[in-house]
Amino acid sequence: MIGQRHYLLIGALIVITIASIFTSLLSGSVNLGINAVVAELLNSGHELESQVLREIRIPRTVAAFTTGGLLALSGVIMQVLLRNPLADPYILGISGGAAVGALSAILLGAGGILLTNAAFAGALFSIALVFGIANKFGRWSVTRLLLTGVVVSAGWGAVINILLTTSSTNNVQSMLFWLMGDLSQSRVHLGHYTLLLIGLIGGLLFSRSLNVLSRGELVAQGLGVNIQYLRLVLYFSASVFTAAAVTIAGSVGFVGLVIPHMLRLLGARDHRILVPCSILLGGSFLVVADSLARIVIAPQQLPVGVVTAIIGVPSFIIILRSTISK
Amino acid sequence: MSSLKIQSASLTIADKLLYADLSFQIERKEFWGLLGKNGAGKTSLIHCIAGLRSIDSGDVQLNEISVQDYSRAELAREIGILFQDGLETLPATVMETVMLGRHPHVQSMFKDSKDDLEIARHALQQFALTELSERQIDSLSGGEKQRVAIAMLIAQQPNFFLLDEPSNHLDIAFQFSILQQLKAILSARNGSMLMATHDINLAARFCDKIVLLLENGDYLCGDKMEILTPENLSLAYGCEIRQLGEEGLAFFYPV
Repeated sequence: MIGQRHYLLIGALIVITIASIFTSLLSGSVNLGINAVVAELLNSGHELESQVLREIRIPRTVAAFTTGGLLALSGVIMQVLLRNPLADPYILGISGGAAVGALSAILLGAGGILLTNAAFAGALFSIALVFGIANKFGRWSVTRLLLTGVVVSAGWGAVINILLTTSSTNNVQSMLFWLMGDLSQSRVHLGHYTLLLIGLIGGLLFSRSLNVLSRGELVAQGLGVNIQYLRLVLYFSASVFTAAAVTIAGSVGFVGLVIPHMLRLLGARDHRILVPCSILLGGSFLVVADSLARIVIAPQQLPVGVVTAIIGVPSFIIILRSTISK
Repeated sequence: MSSLKIQSASLTIADKLLYADLSFQIERKEFWGLLGKNGAGKTSLIHCIAGLRSIDSGDVQLNEISVQDYSRAELAREIGILFQDGLETLPATVMETVMLGRHPHVQSMFKDSKDDLEIARHALQQFALTELSERQIDSLSGGEKQRVAIAMLIAQQPNFFLLDEPSNHLDIAFQFSILQQLKAILSARNGSMLMATHDINLAARFCDKIVLLLENGDYLCGDKMEILTPENLSLAYGCEIRQLGEEGLAFFYPV
């Protein structure tokens, strides 16, 4: 059900999103004032400032927002598909596959586009593997899918550990950054924006079915949902969103698990609201986390995945407490 | 006149033959009871009729067309199911849940229509849930959850109700009053129902016709007066069952 407070929530999140983007554009080792940022956005900036914004901060901010949005959306879908509050975008082993791809690329000395391609290929392989095994023997069930995903994840975990323990110290450093999630090398392009847009529109189109499916598969069927079709769409869309997010920034934790729960606690339980809110809050949350990652121990940078947990855990607990006492 | 026809259905699950050649027809305004001992296939039959599970042979037809040929949404406007297992759920309030009953009907994407809200509120009121409408589902008692599930079914407004153990979790007062209400609601819209239950006395009280599932795929079906006899019931449940009282208010008990 949608009420006035839901529109207020969306409004508030749009404000937060804009604020987070400005915070991110203003944070970093080169000090830029708000005037410089505004001037640059209006296309009349200074040479150096212009370069910093254009080549470093804007792409990075956009990458952070896109990654966060995709992860939160994927989290929403996974939680409904598996009807498990512990589900997150990585639960079915996609990030594990991507990590093995990325780490192998690092081991072989590849970087840049090769590394992202390797990560994406690993993710796709894992998606197909889990889907294949879960559907191979008999009927699809949530338990079977979940177990397959968890077991495949564990397998990837072992491979990751082998790669970590057998690599040189130099490589291990980059591998760890990738594993924790890091936006310093991230670039997004048209494909990523398109994917996020498709996610938003598709998520809205399917939002009523998501509402019904969150009450269980039998109930959803009884209420007229074609479940075979819906779960295929959900599995593959959530997987592709996750794969895209992971190739942008590595496996940034926490966003996909907790952002949907925070919003549900704040009353956005209807997916017509939860879908757009997740994209906004997931995106702006990662933008803020990445700003902090850049300035907390500047000029050094933290992996953003560490910061998401450090600010995410207490804010989640605060929301949880305040909604329980009501 | 619409009808729900089960035609020579057969089903075997895990090497156990549940029905070999099961046929009966539910006409509008009829109230059917579905009895049989645990594992006799009551829930499976409900799922088969609703098109949620396919039968091995035979057919289930709604208005002369096989249920498998309907889209799920079309079917959901005609047939509503009360499931035995409650509403597993991510967080949701009572009102939000009952509103989901409106899903099979055409709805706008961004707005809840006034009619839908009114139908849901009315359903809440009928089952004494108005006070609970903003409560979270997982904070409710078993009986309250069962009433929410029933209110959701009412909001769905189907013509055929398939009820799987509707009296689950309900105290004796609610068992009686809710079934009476369901019957009144159905009668008002010329609807019909099939109620699977383990409570013979409830079926004797509220149903006109009975399907009694027996061992080895056999079954009995017909008017309740013919079917609900101590002999038939003893055969079906594999223990001796006796009857107190006469037709109108018969009471069956095991010895």
